[in-house]
Amino acid sequence: MTEPGDKIANDVFFDWLLRRGDTALVLGHRVSEWCGHSPVLEEDIALANIALDLIGQARLWLSLAGEVEGKGRGENELAYLRDAWDFRNLLLAEQPNGDFGQTMMRQFLIDAYQSQLLKALATSADNRVAEIAVKAGKEVDYHLDRSADLVIRLGDGTSESRQRMQAALESLWPYSGEMFKGDAVDQAVVAAKIAPSPEGLRTEWLSTVDAVFTEATLSKPETDFAHTGGLTGRHTEHLGHILADMQFLQRAYPGATW
Amino acid sequence: MKKEWPLWEVFIRGQHGLNHRHVGSLHAPDAEMAIKNARDVYTRRKEGVSIWVVPSAQITASDPGSKDALFEPSVDKIYRHPSFYNIPDDVGKM
Repeated sequence: MTEPGDKIANDVFFDWLLRRGDTALVLGHRVSEWCGHSPVLEEDIALANIALDLIGQARLWLSLAGEVEGKGRGENELAYLRDAWDFRNLLLAEQPNGDFGQTMMRQFLIDAYQSQLLKALATSADNRVAEIAVKAGKEVDYHLDRSADLVIRLGDGTSESRQRMQAALESLWPYSGEMFKGDAVDQAVVAAKIAPSPEGLRTEWLSTVDAVFTEATLSKPETDFAHTGGLTGRHTEHLGHILADMQFLQRAYPGATW
Repeated sequence: MKKEWPLWEVFIRGQHGLNHRHVGSLHAPDAEMAIKNARDVYTRRKEGVSIWVVPSAQITASDPGSKDALFEPSVDKIYRHPSFYNIPDDVGKM
């Protein structure tokens, strides 16, 4: 098959696909931790739906990653049998749920980014990437609609909800910069017309989050400091705990199915 | 301030051309959130193409206590069913 993605070295493309898949997988797992614990039943179901959407997206990205890698690994091997340093997700995705407001803030910051990225990927020169982006894009548009709405409601809510949302924004903000810092992997996918440059997504992302924060009466932190490393396998201490939980069954009972 | 969110009745149109049907109820702080919650609670298995929500408080219901007076009288009036007419074959299915 001569997909345009072939112009790029397979291992580089593989790395880029892991970034997409792992971010969806880790965020999906985090959101799924709310199942049965949400503040209200309606929100419990909504969060479980979102987690399932994200895990579905992870399956598509990781299946394609396995195909591109060409070493016989599929979505399951990639999700369940890699260690933390082989994961390529954004640090933001692995941050703890905290309270409901913190989960919503994390979701909003990522949704606003994913929504723009997926729009751009819908016209990717690689048809397989474009197909995943079109399908995932519709899901993420809804996630963004919901998370933006809740950030506004809680920010512009009671004094307690506002204070919690402001605290969430301040603690998560330094993890948002990683989304827009490109490296050699990004340059290669840009050159192959597979994806847009991360830096190019920042302006529109800022205009989305600025508008929501204004309406939510929240103040965006002044700092541009950004924690990085997730995309190259240097993670916060949280990822190991997530994987211990997520991978336990396959590690303890290799090849178990039901 | 009341802690509990108000209750909403949810109606879903299963497919184009069909009526919206009552599917259940849920809690939400306002109509916009009620639509979002209804989408997540009641349409996750492709149940619908359109959602209506109505504040439950806005629904006026008949009194269960007057069931007999309201509905009993029609039980023995089978002549109100149009089943005593001969329908010409040309008419086809009614």
